Amino acid sequence: MRITLHKSLLCTAAVVMVFPLASLAQQTKADFEARIGMESHIGHVTGHAKSAQYDYRRYCVGCHGDRGDGMGENFPWVDPKPRDFQLGIFKCRSTPTGTLPTDQDLSDTISRGLDRSNMPPWNVFTDQQKADLVAWVKHFSPRFASEKPGTPIQIPAEPEVTADRIKAGREVFARVQCWKCHGVTGEANGPSASTLQDDLGRPIAAFNFTEGSRPKCGSSDQDLYRIFMTGLDGTPMPSFADNIKPDEAWDLVFYLRTLMSEPSKEKAIAKQLGLKPVDTNAPAQPSGQQ
Amino acid sequence: MKNLQKLAAVLMVVMVVLCGALLLTHEVSAASEGKISGTVKYEGTPPHMRGIDMSKDPYCAKANASTSPHMENVVVGSGGGLENVVLYISEGLSGPALSQPATNVPVFDQKNCEYTPHVLAMDVGQTFKVTTSDQTAHNIHPNPNPMTGNIPWNQSQPPGAPPVEKSWKAPEMIEVKCNIHPWMHGWFAVVKGPYATTDANGNYTISNVPPGNYTVTAWQETLGTQTAKVTVAGGAPAKADFTFKGK
Repeated sequence: MRITLHKSLLCTAAVVMVFPLASLAQQTKADFEARIGMESHIGHVTGHAKSAQYDYRRYCVGCHGDRGDGMGENFPWVDPKPRDFQLGIFKCRSTPTGTLPTDQDLSDTISRGLDRSNMPPWNVFTDQQKADLVAWVKHFSPRFASEKPGTPIQIPAEPEVTADRIKAGREVFARVQCWKCHGVTGEANGPSASTLQDDLGRPIAAFNFTEGSRPKCGSSDQDLYRIFMTGLDGTPMPSFADNIKPDEAWDLVFYLRTLMSEPSKEKAIAKQLGLKPVDTNAPAQPSGQQ
Repeated sequence: MKNLQKLAAVLMVVMVVLCGALLLTHEVSAASEGKISGTVKYEGTPPHMRGIDMSKDPYCAKANASTSPHMENVVVGSGGGLENVVLYISEGLSGPALSQPATNVPVFDQKNCEYTPHVLAMDVGQTFKVTTSDQTAHNIHPNPNPMTGNIPWNQSQPPGAPPVEKSWKAPEMIEVKCNIHPWMHGWFAVVKGPYATTDANGNYTISNVPPGNYTVTAWQETLGTQTAKVTVAGGAPAKADFTFKGK
């Protein structure tokens, strides 16, 4: 017993003495240096982190910061706050919740920008510049060095919009209770809307479908499908992949269109049907039964 | 500077290998397995646990109509026993007890808009299950520090949803929240090796502990950690009692 204690004390002391020199606690310039060879592969383009240094310094560092931690000099004035790239957690992904996004996902976010934030669309960049920047963003997080991106969710071909599908989508909206945050009319005024916080404890608003703004992770039908099936990591928006079947997911996309202010085929059909907002007092329907 | 860091890294590796070798010499067979048991008490007046207003979700309010739900950060039973304390072996483990995760599947249920249990302990790599007994939608949203290797995820569980099965990669005390019901707050206590959680009377038993000398750590979400040294010999259960003092 005494020998073991001595041994472990000796070991602890030795490790503790050397530890400060190795400085493994925080992500440092040395850590970034070690990952400077990071690449990205988007279509036929290979991005190199090293090549993005100039563009990052010129266009991104003001918000995202020298260390990619979102603590750039504009940090105090920006809301929503810039992403902390060191954590490797991203809202807009084609991959399941809890997994890394693909290079294409990151590139899409750069191209698209994030509506209702200070991140504009960066379509002025060439594909090569974007690929380089994606590699640079990845090099800030140790996760991209040790993990593979998740497998993108499969999105089946979009079916024809029908009145039945819109009605079925309304049922899905009621069953999985989108209205808890987004409200029965999509105005982001559900009972839980006012207390929402992101993963860092900052207040965050649910998406308001009715005011004409674009969803942060894209506004095509495929984008809407992807958003609720993958969830937006780092935010209260969960993944519904386990609880909405692919066919039902399309129904829900069509129903969401009826809540949005832009004119659409879905909106016209809903008007014809005289579709009412869901009734939150109706008894809950167990999932997976129809 | 670079050279210094390289040297430091090499030294670290050498040291870790040496220490590993030293500790391995004390590996014991898992054949004759013992237990560590004891009681965790709270000394002083238990802190006030705030009541929870669930009126924003009529289902939750109705489910708790006959009780008065309150926070569960410090739960003290009659006789001063402290509930929901996680006990695990923080030093001295080696061999299969450390490397083979437990095979049972602990369950974390969402019931009456609260987590049951409030603290779910588990081994690194052990599969656990999140279920819902409620007729209202929850989202299950653990928030670990991704730098540990545990990656946050966020999944919906509407009424009747199938269980979510997951495991964690690294030891960490992970907070769990439901964004839909902001009062819902629980923990996944991920530890390495055998573990136990105290019952309503503060009692616990860690099973499947091979004979040896260990440090047992008791973790309580707001009161912090305490440690004790124990020796597990073949057959006889070792004892380790803890007392957390009120602030």
